[in-house]
Amino acid sequence: MKTAVITFPGSNCDRDMQVALERATGKAPVQVWHKDTSLPDGVDLVSVPGGFSFGDYLRCGAIAARAPIMDELVKFAERGGLILGVCNGFQILIEAGLLPGALMRNAGLKYVCKPQALTVATADSAFTSAYAKGETVTYAIAHHDGNYIADDETRDRLSGEDRIAFTYQGNPNGSMDDIAGILSDNRRVLGMMPHPERLNDPQLGGNDGSRFFEGLTGVLASV
Amino acid sequence: MKLRVHIMLKPGVLDPQGEAVRHALGTLGFDGVNGVRQGKVIELDLAETDEAKAVEAASAMAEKLLVNMVIESYRVEVA
Repeated sequence: MKTAVITFPGSNCDRDMQVALERATGKAPVQVWHKDTSLPDGVDLVSVPGGFSFGDYLRCGAIAARAPIMDELVKFAERGGLILGVCNGFQILIEAGLLPGALMRNAGLKYVCKPQALTVATADSAFTSAYAKGETVTYAIAHHDGNYIADDETRDRLSGEDRIAFTYQGNPNGSMDDIAGILSDNRRVLGMMPHPERLNDPQLGGNDGSRFFEGLTGVLASV
Repeated sequence: MKLRVHIMLKPGVLDPQGEAVRHALGTLGFDGVNGVRQGKVIELDLAETDEAKAVEAASAMAEKLLVNMVIESYRVEVA
């Protein structure tokens, strides 16, 4: 399985994501710079990592979503490529139009940073099929703008099409329907605020994240 | 030519920052503030001198980058 991680100015989880993907796949991900105009040949999964791309100026993820590499990422998504956007990566995917809705300032107006219990809301995706629906996992959250909203039509589609991937247990940011992560209509793009890559070693205080990456890798290897 | 793009959250979109400002105003003794909505203003200085073309260009910039059309609305004003 070949993976890539895109780095923007201000990304700060790109290295954590590289470590997590390398541990799970046995192969170092290709590092892609935001000004690159192509993705590596034969790549199976591209990750858009967390951080503060372009200083969160204008709106979180707004400027990164218009970076040169993003045209290629949209084409990759159209070809059915797997994309994982975490935290700022989720914000970027939304701003790029790859996922619906918007991420607003947290309802409590505070930056939240803690381990967060989540419910796996669907097992029907390459990202979550190693889990059972309803299972509890704990990943780290660290964000100021993770308050997911969408219009009624999008909300109905997300629930009707089983596209909510993770929900919060004890809503930390005011997200509609406790939404922590959503899937694209082809179920190949996952955007989520929680960071599985930050809790993927017992020495970091938790290991639930490694199951996420091992599950993803295992599913892809068996296809 | 200078233009201003006024950006506001669409009606119905909860504005937690505006709410916080409203609470703070109440704390300061300003009674009767029924609502506060916070937006942003972006000033553009364009080389274009034709007003209609400048407004058209600013609108394109707004819809491509400056505004998140999912949650925000905008209007362009010649400064």
